[in-house]
Amino acid sequence: MRISKDPNWPDRDRLILSKGHVAVGVYPILADLGYFPKEWLDNYARIGSPLGDHPDMRKVPGIDFSSGSLGHGLSVGIGMALGLRLKNSPGRVFVLMGDGELNEGQIWEAAQSAKQYRLGNVIGIIDRNEMQFDGLTEEVMGIEPLADKWKSFGWQVHNCDGNSIPELIRTFDSIPAGTDRPQLVIAKTIKGKGLPYMENSRVWHLGHLTGADAAAAIAELNSSN
Amino acid sequence: MTSVTDIKFQDKDSWHLGTLSSQTRSFVAGQVLADIADKDDRIVIMNADLGHANRTIEFAEKHPERYFNMGIAEHNMVSASAGLASVGYIPYIGTFASFLGILCCEQIRTDLAYPNMPVRLLSHHAGISLGYYGTSHHATEDIGIMRSMANMKIICPADSYSLEHAIRQTVDLEGPIYFRLGGGDDPDVYHPGDAWQFDKIQLLREGKDAVIFANGMMVHPALEAAKKLAQDGIDIAVADLHTVLPIDRKSLLSILDKTPLAFVAEDHNTRSGVATAVADEIVDSQLSGVRLVRIGFPPNEYAIIGAPYHLYQHYGLTTAGLEARIRAELRKREI
Repeated sequence: MRISKDPNWPDRDRLILSKGHVAVGVYPILADLGYFPKEWLDNYARIGSPLGDHPDMRKVPGIDFSSGSLGHGLSVGIGMALGLRLKNSPGRVFVLMGDGELNEGQIWEAAQSAKQYRLGNVIGIIDRNEMQFDGLTEEVMGIEPLADKWKSFGWQVHNCDGNSIPELIRTFDSIPAGTDRPQLVIAKTIKGKGLPYMENSRVWHLGHLTGADAAAAIAELNSSN
Repeated sequence: MTSVTDIKFQDKDSWHLGTLSSQTRSFVAGQVLADIADKDDRIVIMNADLGHANRTIEFAEKHPERYFNMGIAEHNMVSASAGLASVGYIPYIGTFASFLGILCCEQIRTDLAYPNMPVRLLSHHAGISLGYYGTSHHATEDIGIMRSMANMKIICPADSYSLEHAIRQTVDLEGPIYFRLGGGDDPDVYHPGDAWQFDKIQLLREGKDAVIFANGMMVHPALEAAKKLAQDGIDIAVADLHTVLPIDRKSLLSILDKTPLAFVAEDHNTRSGVATAVADEIVDSQLSGVRLVRIGFPPNEYAIIGAPYHLYQHYGLTTAGLEARIRAELRKREI
């Protein structure tokens, strides 16, 4: 992504966490970039902390838009992309969506408007872990055939292994510059990857590890890496 | 071959989309914004397939690159406007009040009000002004919805003059603004040179017996009712409470102090609209001795079917309706 030391650089690429509940995965990166003190991380979700479960752009430098209500992020990205193009900015807009989130109708309103306005500067990413709160996506509210749906909405679709960083980099690098087709990356992932008791387990769609449990999980992840 | 625009109507009530602009002469936002946009690159307009109804299409003639028709997809329009605002634009987005103020409540609250985005909602055909289109197209709850959001501002201009001034005076304000507009055929209340100030109550007529607070399309009938009552020696003040949020508390309390019998006339339900805003101020200021009469849409009903003219008559929201209600309340007071 095109970013700089200034989190408000006008020509930067934007990242919208449409699945806002992944903010906890982005906060440490923003701290590493120097956008806010690393000490903030220790107070995550505690009273008065700028860092909540869902990100607030007015509290956290580097968060390009507040999110949390599923289905909104792609629309916000469409607006950003229209605006950046109007300014002749090279900035692009990355929108990370959940697969369960695609149940929301507003996603498809946004998808059709990206094609209508030829927004090649929008890159959608779907975290295709095949799970949502109450179970498997295809059991709760099926979204397949996923790639065909996006293709029929006029998007160029890329598939990759979302747990492989080299493959993600290759995929993003393969996206053509100057295209007028909106781009979509379907990143196939395994939920809870690296902790066998969590992998693809419904109960670990949402959970909380503290104390010794957290320490054991960290040790296990470190040993497998 | 005859073009549709060549058809000459024989009856004055016949119309088609090509003649719509003559029926919506108070919808001047498109023209005013086109003028502002000549010198202000931040101005953009979005609409949801109603650009001819709200006349924002007139902006597109001058600034086509800054005009976005988002189709019949209002949720997407509102959230996309937030994205445009986040990269430095000031979007004005228009559609029926029933769809902006009610359908898009959550997008407005979460994507505009919460991050305090400078998006301006041109919410037209509010209240029961769409007549026989029915309840799906009426908005008698939107002020209540918008008033309950932090960071929101609400302006209900009475005519084209006040809409123009409201837009020009608020371009640079932070955060979202809900412009609540009527049916577009509102008669003129203000005239060139008249004072109009955002967030200030305009006292349009002095009077010692009672005061009517009105806004939007209720200002004109309120003034006409006051004129009729004056013929019988009944002296009614009329105040244009166009800015519902933030409310001009100082002027409101000063008027109520002098005239403790107050009517609020609104094209909104009486449970959560302008009268409620006035009542909140009375309660919070612990002002005693004020009698407040709410004239508006009944809060436990959905409208009967009828043309706008007949609906306003049915619900007493006309000059005659206001006049009769005020006379009745004054009689009660004498007993």
